[in-house]
Amino acid sequence: MKKRFPYHILVFLFPACFIYTLFMIFPLFDTIRISLFTQNLMGENMDNSSNIRAFIGLRNYYDLFTNENWSWHFWNALKNNTYFFLLHVSIQTPIGLLIAAFLSSKDLKFKHTYRTLIFLPAMMSIVIVGYLFNLILSNLWGIPQTILGVVGLEHLYQPWLGLKGPALITISLISIWQFVGIPMMLFYAALLNIPDEILDAAKIDGSGPMTTFWFVKFPLILPTVGLMVILTYVGNYNAFDLIFAMKSLYAGPEYSTDLMGTFFYRTFFGFQMQLGNPTMGATVASTTFGIILLGVLIYLFAFQQRVTRYQY
Amino acid sequence: MKKLLSITIFFSFLLSLSSAFAGTVIIESWRNDDADAWNEKIIPAFNAKYPDIKVVFQTTIPNQYAASVSAKLEGGNAGDLITCIPFDQSLKLFNRGWLASLNGLNGLDNYPQVAKDAWSTDDQSDIFCVPMASVSHGFMYNKEIFKELGLSIPNTESEFFGVLDKIKADGNYTPLAIGTADTWAIATMGFQNVGPNFWQGEKGRKGIISGDEKFTDSHYIELLKSLAKWGDYMAPGYQAQTYPDSQNLFTLGDAAIYPTGSWEIFTFSQNADFEFSAFPPYKPDGQANCFVDDHTDIGIGMNAASKNPEESKIFLEWLTSAEFAEIFANEVPGFFPLHTHSINVNDPVAKEFISWKDDCDTTIRNSVHIVGRGEPNLESVLWEVVSGVVNGTMSPEDAGAKAEASLANWYAPHQ
Repeated sequence: MKKRFPYHILVFLFPACFIYTLFMIFPLFDTIRISLFTQNLMGENMDNSSNIRAFIGLRNYYDLFTNENWSWHFWNALKNNTYFFLLHVSIQTPIGLLIAAFLSSKDLKFKHTYRTLIFLPAMMSIVIVGYLFNLILSNLWGIPQTILGVVGLEHLYQPWLGLKGPALITISLISIWQFVGIPMMLFYAALLNIPDEILDAAKIDGSGPMTTFWFVKFPLILPTVGLMVILTYVGNYNAFDLIFAMKSLYAGPEYSTDLMGTFFYRTFFGFQMQLGNPTMGATVASTTFGIILLGVLIYLFAFQQRVTRYQY
Repeated sequence: MKKLLSITIFFSFLLSLSSAFAGTVIIESWRNDDADAWNEKIIPAFNAKYPDIKVVFQTTIPNQYAASVSAKLEGGNAGDLITCIPFDQSLKLFNRGWLASLNGLNGLDNYPQVAKDAWSTDDQSDIFCVPMASVSHGFMYNKEIFKELGLSIPNTESEFFGVLDKIKADGNYTPLAIGTADTWAIATMGFQNVGPNFWQGEKGRKGIISGDEKFTDSHYIELLKSLAKWGDYMAPGYQAQTYPDSQNLFTLGDAAIYPTGSWEIFTFSQNADFEFSAFPPYKPDGQANCFVDDHTDIGIGMNAASKNPEESKIFLEWLTSAEFAEIFANEVPGFFPLHTHSINVNDPVAKEFISWKDDCDTTIRNSVHIVGRGEPNLESVLWEVVSGVVNGTMSPEDAGAKAEASLANWYAPHQ
């Protein structure tokens, strides 16, 4: 007997596909479409019926990459963002791994307390975190001056948030502090998943704690490390909120903390006196999408398909 | 519960009936700080003369106003009167045909041309908003600190830095309460504050628009050099000091001088428990004439699709009267009516600000009219370079060149 086509599958798939298409796929492609247009920002010589947008092909992308006035901001934001990401990967991931390794050790007391405390900042609102650190690092009533003063090192104090070089590092460290709980949780869960038999076998073979960690545990959680890196990548290139909360859209000093997200927002919605330019904003958004897509593709093909997974 | 519901429905029905009733004029505004002044003083004063016209003051959150009002105008459900942001934001609404032309409205003669420029087309053939109020710049100072240190009010640049030196030498107070973390603050309260004295007010502003003057000209470089010296007198770590930080520093009595905008008068007189006053922007040494920034900040225009054009016009005409000017000036201190009427203001600091206009010529910020509409936006570029100069990370010459280059990018007279 010929098998009937399983229509019910379509019925069950429909709601999810419909919502996903409507709210994710359509806006994505529409953004890319809008990025090919230009807009009469001042609305000169227009009435309600005339068309406000005109098709200009890839001109916006050309301007974004080469016209000094756009490209400076674009490359600056991209550079800052890459720096932001590299700091996260090189500091947040190892620290998360380290804490997870400590937490998963059998002899540690107050495990749950530590875990909760370290994860706590990740649940705090970014606005609160930004506000707190703005106060903590304030040049007028901040804390570092006082602490450094106690040990006679007050001259080491600098207004880190206001200096061109240190500002981005400071903000990155704040973000790392806030979200270090997330890699910690993922690694912790992965480490707990490793069956005891494997670890016992390693012990019997005479492997010490360090050897066990690097040659048994670490290869087993490598897929999770890769996943964490790609999550950080996507999160960082979409980052916007902490800069917005701490630095507003000036991304000061002199745009040294500007990320793709803040650059996009300034372009699309306008900022203070600058009129918004939706089509250029769409170009920035599409470019950001491209950068993230590229990173994810590299991860998928260069890492995920090659890394060895072990079934326990 | 049911009763409550039916009462609510009944009242909302009444409300909709009353707002649909001809003669109800709705004002769209972002000034929710002033709502009390409008509802309790301004509108009742208007109704004393015109009891038949009902006026409703309706506000939107300030940073959403521009977007929300243009959406409402496009959708055809905006109020009759639209509070106007100066220059391009409102010009855009007029260009789209959403704001009515107000040419020929009685009472427009009661404003100087510079006030009308903010809401006129570039060729001044159409005016689309009635100018309402301006904000001004200067320096506020802590009278008690000045008395304690025996300081007198500086007039010239060297006197100004002399005063700052004395405060710094004393060591107990921060001489200048301002930071560069919020770039708009240092640019607006520094560059646009003393700037008009360097570029000769309107002459320099128009020079930039016509292309006769460039930001690389010597007087702009002199101005930036003067601002570059400010950093020495600001609080340690001023690069990270935000605008609210500076406000607190001054109102706590820890700083002597606060480069200011007049809009601070209201909050400062509530928060500061010491006597403070203001002095006008300093002049380059040896210059006799002086200029103060009197920036056109608020106007009111009419929705082109208003259902009550006659009533709206009557209200707009009343706004041009001395009566309105006086109520507004006293209810919203720090915002100065743009009218030419002479009026009584009671707030002593606001009075001080107004008195400067007797001796000095007024002007508006040089970065907004016509030259403010391109990409990159001149205002934003100025914020960036001025804070760079004060931070010492950019030389005055480079800053001037960068501002000029940004203008040359899109503006023909500077190419």
